[in-house]
Amino acid sequence: MQTKFNQRVIEIENLSFAYDKEFVLEKINLIVDNRDFLVLIGPNGGGKSTLVKLILGINPIQSGSVKILNKPLHNSLSQIGYVPQNTNVNTNFPIKAIEVVMMGHHTHKRAIFGYKKEETEHAMHVLRQVGMEEFADKKIGSLSGGQRQRVMIARALCANPKILLLDEPTSSIDADGQKQIYELLRELNKKITVIVVSHDLSVVLQYATKVAHINKKLAFHDLSSVKKEFEMSSDTHVCEVELLQMLGKCKC
Amino acid sequence: MLEALSYEFIQNAVIAGILVSLISGIIGSLVVVNRMVFLAGGIAHAAYGGIGIAIFTGIPIFLGTTIFAVFAALIMAFVTIKQRENIDTFIGLIWAVGMAIGIILVDLTPGYNVDLMSYLFGSILAVTREDLYFMAALFVVIIFVMTFWYRDILAVSYDSEYASLSGINVKFFYTLILILSALTVVIAIKVVGLILVIALLTIPIYIAQNLSSSLYSMMLISGFIASLFTIVGLWLSYSFDLTSGATIILVSALSLMLFMIVQKIR
Ligand SMILES: Nc1ncnc2c1ncn2[C@@H]1O[C@H](COP(=O)(O)OP(=O)(O)OP(=O)(O)O)[C@@H](O)[C@H]1O
Ligand SMILES: [Mg+2]
Repeated sequence: MQTKFNQRVIEIENLSFAYDKEFVLEKINLIVDNRDFLVLIGPNGGGKSTLVKLILGINPIQSGSVKILNKPLHNSLSQIGYVPQNTNVNTNFPIKAIEVVMMGHHTHKRAIFGYKKEETEHAMHVLRQVGMEEFADKKIGSLSGGQRQRVMIARALCANPKILLLDEPTSSIDADGQKQIYELLRELNKKITVIVVSHDLSVVLQYATKVAHINKKLAFHDLSSVKKEFEMSSDTHVCEVELLQMLGKCKC
Repeated sequence: MLEALSYEFIQNAVIAGILVSLISGIIGSLVVVNRMVFLAGGIAHAAYGGIGIAIFTGIPIFLGTTIFAVFAALIMAFVTIKQRENIDTFIGLIWAVGMAIGIILVDLTPGYNVDLMSYLFGSILAVTREDLYFMAALFVVIIFVMTFWYRDILAVSYDSEYASLSGINVKFFYTLILILSALTVVIAIKVVGLILVIALLTIPIYIAQNLSSSLYSMMLISGFIASLFTIVGLWLSYSFDLTSGATIILVSALSLMLFMIVQKIR
């Protein structure tokens, strides 16, 4: 199944969601094209993680629809690789980096017992991709926050997904580490679609092709035009406040 | 000591001690990494309700405890799968209600029951052939489950949300872990008694956790350490005529302290 260049990989229509009575998300519409680099921004409690979990099928769809590659979601991990928001929990757990990565294999492709040779080889391959090959046999708790996050990205890549979905992947990582992670994502973006939740507007400026602001409702911006406008109107240096003003302008 | 080994009840005690230690090493590791220690404590104490029912109705105590503990585990699984947030309240409830049922039913049973003390503090020297068969069977079942479902159980324990995304039936494995914990609690009661079960399920595991980089090695090391503690405890209790369960736990606790001190120094 070849994905054409401008194919829609995610199509969300009229999606609303409530945990209890109150709506957390209301009438969300969003289209993600193949090889987009979409950044989801918004205030704490705005519903970003909730939307991520709806896309993944962790939260049930209550009204509206989510289509992944033109179909309702199935077999989620081989379609969407996921890096959850809190990967710093459970760090005392006795598990090696490579074992974490191999959790990313979908069950229907697994050996009846133990790990197949191809599975281990593939896990090493994705670890190499994120630059963590030499840490394969290290206990996950002994890695630094940034290293652990790379392992989580490797786990998400394990099932060769077409989409990579990351929920605040750099929240506990220093500036250098953040840059490295985003450079890695940019590299991966050459082949697959990347969706990232982030609070960091400089990320939006440097890496995103599209931005969606989520606070119960969703406001969408295609940055290709905004960025061009910027390049014409001011110097190459773009400050965040200006960007916010720009985004505010086209908030429909 | 060696001549003691010629008595059948000592032989049974040693075999039971080792079997229970190996089982506690495996299941205790699961309980600890899944943060179910309080849950397992709840099941252990609720099992007292089973003892009460057994005494009251006259069915074998071992059977009554097993059924009741598994029943308590199923209730806990049902409640905690639905609401993982404030599960502590429910666990506390089941913990207390189980004990209360036990106490009331023992009250209602005419005649003083000597056996009761042995369930609170263990009676490893009174282990029977049948008990051994039960323990061996449970050991085989656990080895089987861990061999075939190691990856699933590892995934569910480490990150249940991700496990479910990868197609693993999280509820099934969560319930399975709880039922195996309940059965383990029942046999551990034989060795160290109801009150000390949690110590057996956590002290060796704590030491092993610091020495291992995978769940698999943690289970093996825990089982080995627990066996060591049990044998030493048994030997001391035999030599100085002490309560075996309490002696085993004190040996474990002292070793843990020693381990922590050595770790601090290094
Ligand atoms: N499991 C849950 N049960 C009930 N309410 C929830 C649950 N998860 C989130 N909420 C509520 O839904 C709202 C949106 O939460 P969500 O986690 O989606 O926000 P977010 O945008 O990801 O925030 P943050 O930037 O802090 O991660 C919040 O008001 C939160 O309290
Ligand atoms: Mg969030």
